[in-house]
Amino acid sequence: MVRVQLEDFDVGAELARLTAGRTDVGGVASFIGLVRDLAGGAEVGAMTLEHYPGMTERKLAEIEAEAQRRWPLQASLIIHRYGRLEPGDRIVLVATASPHRQAALESCTFLIDWLKTKAPFWKVEETAAGPQWVEARDSDDDAAARWSPPRRIAE
Amino acid sequence: MKVLYFAWLKGKVGIGEEAVTPPAEVATVGALLDWLSTRGPKHAAALANRSIVRVAVNQEYAGLEHPVKSGDEVALFPPVTGG
Repeated sequence: MVRVQLEDFDVGAELARLTAGRTDVGGVASFIGLVRDLAGGAEVGAMTLEHYPGMTERKLAEIEAEAQRRWPLQASLIIHRYGRLEPGDRIVLVATASPHRQAALESCTFLIDWLKTKAPFWKVEETAAGPQWVEARDSDDDAAARWSPPRRIAE
Repeated sequence: MKVLYFAWLKGKVGIGEEAVTPPAEVATVGALLDWLSTRGPKHAAALANRSIVRVAVNQEYAGLEHPVKSGDEVALFPPVTGG
């Protein structure tokens, strides 16, 4: 499931809902992204996340479908916030459920790596020098590239 | 054709969205970027460095050779920084 929303989310409630009523899930992996108060040495007061409504949901659904195709997942969830966020606030939640931990952990990493380089979100930070658009990092491209071409884990 | 601008491209161009009717020979993303650059100094400044401009046609990433036509939704934005 994919959600793009202004409001915060309750991690415990979301993870509980992911596997509610099931007894065949072996493990849930999750990643929670938070706003940091430092960026490139400059102190950040807050940031605003802008996105491309329509394309965002489409790309997140594609990324999730790719994870479902590559790993034996029983459930998956991507929640990404937009709007103004302050240091310590949650930005994103990615969670995957599978009979075995390796598929859950790998697919969770895959989802956040691909999301960071493919989903149309942009961060603008409030700094002492004024608003600064965050620049994409080569290390994020490298992280995403690890997952291409498709590979399958042993089940 | 609808052109959307996001992040600092929106700031530089000064608008988030515009309806445009390029001449018929503007048939690719690359040609559209060239044509948009001629619309004024703000457009030219926003599109000066093509290496940091990404393009989506009808909400799918597209390269410079990708075709564009009347009725398309073309979005211009910097490399994404979500997550």
